[in-house]
Amino acid sequence: MTRRLAVFGAAVAVAAAGMMLGMAPRASAQDWFTTGTGLGVTKVRLAVPETAVRGSAAQPFQKTFHDVLWGDLSYSGIVDMVSESFYPLSAPSQPSELNAQQWSAQPCNAYMVAYGNLNVNGTNLSLAGYLSDVHGQTATTALQKIYTDAATDAGARKLAHKFADDIVALLSGGQPGIAQTQIAYVSAHNGDKEIWAMDYDGANQRQLTHLRTISLTPRWSPDASRIAFTCYVPYRGAPSAQICMYSMLTNRLIAFPHFPGTNAAPAWSPDGTKLAFMSSRGGDTELYVANADGTHMQQITYAAGVNTSPVFNPKTGQQIVFVSDRVGDPVLYLANTDGSNAQKIDLPDMGYVVDPAWSPNGQLLAFSWRRPTGNYDIYVMDIVSHQLVELTKDEGRNERPTWAPDGRHIAFESTRTGTNEIWEMLADGSQPRELTFHGENESPNWSPKD
Amino acid sequence: MQVRGMSKPVVVFSLLALAATVGGCKKQVAATTPAPAPAPAAAPTVTLNATPSSIQSGQTSTLSWSSTNATDLDIEPGVGKVSPQGSTPVTPGQSTTYTITATGSGGSATASAQVTVSAPAAAAAPPAAQPNLSDLFSQNVKDAFFDFDKSELRQDARDALTKDAEFLRSYPNARISIEGHCDERGSTEYNLGLGQRRAEAAKNFLISLGITSDRLTTVSWGKERPFCTEHSEECWAQNRRAHLVLVQSNGSGQ
Repeated sequence: MTRRLAVFGAAVAVAAAGMMLGMAPRASAQDWFTTGTGLGVTKVRLAVPETAVRGSAAQPFQKTFHDVLWGDLSYSGIVDMVSESFYPLSAPSQPSELNAQQWSAQPCNAYMVAYGNLNVNGTNLSLAGYLSDVHGQTATTALQKIYTDAATDAGARKLAHKFADDIVALLSGGQPGIAQTQIAYVSAHNGDKEIWAMDYDGANQRQLTHLRTISLTPRWSPDASRIAFTCYVPYRGAPSAQICMYSMLTNRLIAFPHFPGTNAAPAWSPDGTKLAFMSSRGGDTELYVANADGTHMQQITYAAGVNTSPVFNPKTGQQIVFVSDRVGDPVLYLANTDGSNAQKIDLPDMGYVVDPAWSPNGQLLAFSWRRPTGNYDIYVMDIVSHQLVELTKDEGRNERPTWAPDGRHIAFESTRTGTNEIWEMLADGSQPRELTFHGENESPNWSPKD
Repeated sequence: MQVRGMSKPVVVFSLLALAATVGGCKKQVAATTPAPAPAPAAAPTVTLNATPSSIQSGQTSTLSWSSTNATDLDIEPGVGKVSPQGSTPVTPGQSTTYTITATGSGGSATASAQVTVSAPAAAAAPPAAQPNLSDLFSQNVKDAFFDFDKSELRQDARDALTKDAEFLRSYPNARISIEGHCDERGSTEYNLGLGQRRAEAAKNFLISLGITSDRLTTVSWGKERPFCTEHSEECWAQNRRAHLVLVQSNGSGQ
């Protein structure tokens, strides 16, 4: 990866890149990312040697732990991983064994070193994890912590994720990492479209619902305890689309009231007390806001046409963005949560603008946009300035972006390999990687940090 | 539909009987005029009975007949040439009028007997009745098709729905689900809305033709259940529709 800039200044990066887009071809924007002039932020050079093991019982977990930790840190977007080929021959297992000069000198040139040792005690796997600053005369230990989980492959993965999250929090000024987050999505892997979930890195893919119809548009509640989604169930003996609610605590569906027609695309308010969704209960396809249990349903849009895909401002909860075709093609509208003051979000050449996703800090909108001349691509827009960055280009259909809780990552669906699969990338469009590989997978929704 | 099912054979057999009678008249004329005989041959007579005359589907009735002055006897439908008197079992699938035609040198005569067939007993009755309505529904009720990104009814869609409304008026107990579908090009969520708009447009048109709204439910499948899966306009046009489905009283309407 040649891009050396921190992604966590995403708002700034988007604004600057947007200015570049306005006055120069796209190649210049790429140059800007590479050179990084003006941001004053460079990524920390981090060395992560293979973790030591204490006793043969911990040996089987060493490789999994190291691979997962390396993956988490290298995909965090905030560090520059020092290649292992530059490391000193012996790695420390604890601070007393750390020779700071060896790690900070050329060619390693590390600024920080993450290391430790694994130890099995009965059925538990423990990690003594350390993060040391080696760029000064004497090494200082920034983090030392004992982590414990089950002595299983899954336990080793969890230890690595926890350690990685702590390291990321320290190196990014307190912004937590996302290594323990999950992505809900829709998969037809077993025939019918059902709701599935996986770890943010694609591991542990598992089917949640078994409704054997069609399930769509999963959305995590802000406390990650529930997933609201669109389901098909009979209503008065005829098929209907309804809002369904899945409990991650009991692994069962929770009752939610049914309404006639098509009810779809639920979205949570940031405090978890309200749901916005599309309903045709009154004939037109309008947006409603209800309590999270489906009671006190209030209509908030009154425009002929399709009104759908609501999303709350996750920072304030006071505004929504949604999709409406009230004046032609479907495009984005910004309104107060009660539906008042709805304003079309104007873009340079409109086309088809759908799938809004609001960044956790409330400043950016990601969406999929099919411009009059192109295919669907993921864009990010600064809400105040309307400055734009295109994150995907000329690689199949790219749709349904969803933000990671750190605001540095976006998952989306893409047909670039020939089938529709879940991908993720840094929020500047770099480091795209595929997470699903089997059958058709779509509609990712990134969990909040639980 | 049982009425419809049995009406055709009855009409046909009546015509046969009529034709046979007319033919008999001509022959009678032919027999009398060109070859004047000292004593005209006696005209044939024939009788036909069905016992029992009313059966349930699958059961057997016995046709018995007798004749005089006839050399040639024929029972239709399905029995054919028979002897001057006798009997034969029949198992008609639906109500049938049997006609025997007796022909002799003195002319011809006909006689008829009806066997009325009712649906089989109690438990089996509803399953036998429902597929018939389903068949008629699928033969007569047509879907409404739409332009890209549109939910306005084209003239061909109005024509189809107008005929659908006639059918629904003929079967006032039929409930239908109007299912909106879209082609693959839009987003999933937008298409769920667009499909619903198409279903609502079709529903409102049927209501304007006098179909009561309590017989009509709507749902959108968006682009989730395409009728055609190729990536071409021809295929997409097939997928942009309001699909009318008969709601089974005991099922999900699928």
